[in-house]
Amino acid sequence: MTQSPLRKIAPALLIISFFVLWEMACLVFGISHLVLPRPTQIVSTFFEYAPAIWPHAQQTLYTTMVGFSAGVVIGLTLGVLIGSSKLAYETAYPLLVGISSIPKVAVVPIFVLWFGAGTVPAILTAAIICIFPIVVNVATGIATVEPELEDVMRSLKATKLEILWNIGLPRSMPYFFASLKVAVTLSFVGSVIAETVASNRGVGNMMLIASSSFNVPLVFAGLMVLATMGIGFYTVFSLIERRVAGWAMRKAV
Amino acid sequence: MKENGTEKFMVFEGVGVTYGGGADGTEALKPTDLTLSKGDFLALVGPSGCGKSTILKLVSEVLAPTTGNIFFAGRELGATPFRVGMAFQSASLLPWMTVRDNVMLPLKIVKPFKTEFRAKRKGEYRDRVDALLEKVGLIDFADSNPWELSGGMMQRTNLCRALIHEPDLLLLDEPFGALDQFTREELWQTLQDLWIERRPTVILVTHDLREAAYLASRICVMSPRPGRIVDDSAVEFPRPRHIDLVFEPDFVTLVQRLRGKIVHTPNTRKLDAA
Ligand SMILES: Nc1ncnc2c1ncn2[C@@H]1O[C@H](COP(=O)(O)OP(=O)(O)OP(=O)(O)O)[C@@H](O)[C@H]1O
Ligand SMILES: [Mg+2]
Repeated sequence: MTQSPLRKIAPALLIISFFVLWEMACLVFGISHLVLPRPTQIVSTFFEYAPAIWPHAQQTLYTTMVGFSAGVVIGLTLGVLIGSSKLAYETAYPLLVGISSIPKVAVVPIFVLWFGAGTVPAILTAAIICIFPIVVNVATGIATVEPELEDVMRSLKATKLEILWNIGLPRSMPYFFASLKVAVTLSFVGSVIAETVASNRGVGNMMLIASSSFNVPLVFAGLMVLATMGIGFYTVFSLIERRVAGWAMRKAV
Repeated sequence: MKENGTEKFMVFEGVGVTYGGGADGTEALKPTDLTLSKGDFLALVGPSGCGKSTILKLVSEVLAPTTGNIFFAGRELGATPFRVGMAFQSASLLPWMTVRDNVMLPLKIVKPFKTEFRAKRKGEYRDRVDALLEKVGLIDFADSNPWELSGGMMQRTNLCRALIHEPDLLLLDEPFGALDQFTREELWQTLQDLWIERRPTVILVTHDLREAAYLASRICVMSPRPGRIVDDSAVEFPRPRHIDLVFEPDFVTLVQRLRGKIVHTPNTRKLDAA
């Protein structure tokens, strides 16, 4: 597939012009850095505080990754189990959609109550917030396999497990990756909120402290760190998706 | 199961299919008796929607009959299980696999190939797939994705996937429908050679009466839906048959007789009802 060079750089162009506009607007309207710091101020604050930000970023990255990984394993397993059985799918699907519409951050206080403030509630929140989109998507991917493809396997006398392995799982990969890209950003939301509510470490906590001391540029620097991590993971999963599920977009891999 | 020296392969006893179940379902196949001998080459012809694909799905056990029973020889305890190769009417290629991997699929699933698949044989299997793709003229597309193929190319890939594991029972649902006359005749030849060499039991569904008469040893004609077998006759032309056969008077007579059976089925149905 050939893309014109303009289409390739268009997203980068959009982002750059967004920041340029932001910078100019702050200068032109004389907006105080206590309200909305300029991008250049944010970047310089980031470098100034980098040694202090680093351990917090590490903590957030750690809790998010542990929670997200657990969420993916649990979500994938549940999704496969539910999607493989018509009965389970029809029974559990409405329930799942219902549960996934509950704001999961509401459970943070419960986790704090059970496990105390700190790392554990953050990990659990990150996990629980990303499980449901994964379950729903994987289950849908497997439950909607074209019967013709299953027939091919059944004419070869394949076992249920072979059908799942060769048809169900590959078929659900595009659904899985679509949910992963959403889930990883949700996981960051989950762990940061848990950190804000009940932790003395992590980017969320750092931002909370910075805002209480009116260090607004540092708050935005924290946001920048989060955004960078989020975009980073999104990109990684997009790349894996291209390799594993590129067939769904009919891209030659 | 033996009878008159020929070994029975499969027996249908009053096998009927109603899709959707219950009284308001679609009756696709009336209760049918059919016996298939080992090494038969049966062609199944009949109007569209009469239940030909349904019969193939029953034989491949993808579909269970609504009424009646199907018996297979070689299902007894200790018998060597037979291998089934089926080319579905819709090519049904797996979109996440290349043409080569699609054709290789049965080797991953079917015994005895699958036990050796992971070990030493993968390269060997690949050569085997490539040799078959070469034969049907698809070798240049071995690494293509299914959606990059034309309809006829998909059909040929589908045919390869049905043949690669040297099945004892070969089920072909209009395998040559989307091909030009020359490619089709070439593949007729390939299929006939294969049958003479290994003698699998074959059921070929086709709308092309010349194809049926040229390839098969036996032709069953079906009535319009709900399907019944209204004619079952042997084709005696000696093998190997050459493509010039299609111009011979006996051949033309046979094709015309078959044609008459299909055109005249509505009348027979009325007579039956009366
Ligand atoms: N999955 C299904 N659900 C409901 N009805 C079906 C299904 N498959 C087939 N039928 C019905 O059963 C009848 C026989 O279908 P079948 O596919 O066996 O026909 P066919 O003889 O192969 O026709 P063609 O030559 O057009 O391929 C048709 O009337 C069709 O409507
Ligand atoms: Mg059909």
